[in-house]
Amino acid sequence: MKNHVWRPLFVVIAVVVGILAFRAFYVPDDFGSGEYGFMYSFHRKSNEGEWKNWPLKYRDTGKQKMHEYCGECHEEVELRTEDLHGIIPCENCHGPALEHPENPEKLSIDRSRGLCLRCHTLLPYTTSERKRIPGIMPDEHNVEYNCVECHNPHNPRLEDM
Amino acid sequence: MKRRDFLKGSILAIAGASVPLSALEFVDPNEVLAANPDIHWAFLINTYKCVGCGFCVKACKTENDIPFNANVSRTWVERYVYTKDDRRYVDSPKAAQYGFTDPRVDLGEHFGMKEIDPDNVGKAFFVPKLCNHCEDPPCTQVCPVGATYKTDDGVVLVDRTWCIGCGYCIMACPFGARYFHPIAKVADKCTFCYHRITKGLETACVNACPFGARKMCNIRDINDPVTKIILNERVGVLKDEFGTKPQAFYIGLASEVR
Repeated sequence: MKNHVWRPLFVVIAVVVGILAFRAFYVPDDFGSGEYGFMYSFHRKSNEGEWKNWPLKYRDTGKQKMHEYCGECHEEVELRTEDLHGIIPCENCHGPALEHPENPEKLSIDRSRGLCLRCHTLLPYTTSERKRIPGIMPDEHNVEYNCVECHNPHNPRLEDM
Repeated sequence: MKRRDFLKGSILAIAGASVPLSALEFVDPNEVLAANPDIHWAFLINTYKCVGCGFCVKACKTENDIPFNANVSRTWVERYVYTKDDRRYVDSPKAAQYGFTDPRVDLGEHFGMKEIDPDNVGKAFFVPKLCNHCEDPPCTQVCPVGATYKTDDGVVLVDRTWCIGCGYCIMACPFGARYFHPIAKVADKCTFCYHRITKGLETACVNACPFGARKMCNIRDINDPVTKIILNERVGVLKDEFGTKPQAFYIGLASEVR
């Protein structure tokens, strides 16, 4: 066969070899499949470690043990843990506190109306758990004030106000 | 060949051919152990307990650096309102990151806010949603570069350095659990807070939920109290018909919840 027939074949072979050589250098060595096989888990193994090293921000409540932990230093806070707001982890309002008190030294507390309204907006849903939470109309109930100016979030019982 | 030899040979050949190939394989104990690892993460959502406060979304966005002002989220809460004249409304304003502070239902820019007469509300409830971390995830199948995958302990992750941002996985997910991360410029999704669960902590959303609507467990540990609920009580999954075998189980599903 003539040379001009073979020449494109050599070009194709050279391109394929080039791609394979590039791939050998470019693709990391730890690329491989896990337990779920090539279809579901062909990946770079070291990426699992990268996700594991994502920085933590929230301390764990350990099933509501947070009140005890925070209470070790903040004895002045009298929280009614047995009911009402006792189920809310401290960090939900006080902000993430993994390395507090070192970093950050002071937490940025969310005192906005919006935070309280997450649960205490009056929604007429009698079939949902929402029915057990007292609610207000956000644009009627003392609109110009923050809730915490009248209500104590650590002891929200109206009779103790 | 004698007839006796022929029959002997045929019987031998048939017997040999009927032995399955898998019977001849040597079983490596390590392989068997790897096929049954001790950990497989699963999620349990009790929709009866959810009040739609959205603390889970807030905690997730904070923990995982998802921008609050972008309309994307790894987890979100949906509100379902059924009226007595048999109309159904669903919304999730800003993924419920600030909760549901409006009794009106957000029907999008074309239909606006829908006022619903409180006396007309038949039933209403909230459903938290997140990536289901499917056993057969369609999103990892379609990835052309091997950037998204299922770990051996059952979590679907995205390799941010390897993702080219083509968006195939975002289209492939039947649950809409993936989105394009506006800052990292890659596909992003719930990681089950892989950095937390691998250190023995709860995920940010489970941690933040005051009502215990979200729970996490190792489904291979039959002594785990949450695993016991999944095994013993009536739980369902979203979009079972897709055959992706979701690992997020729901208590109190309705047919409208998909």
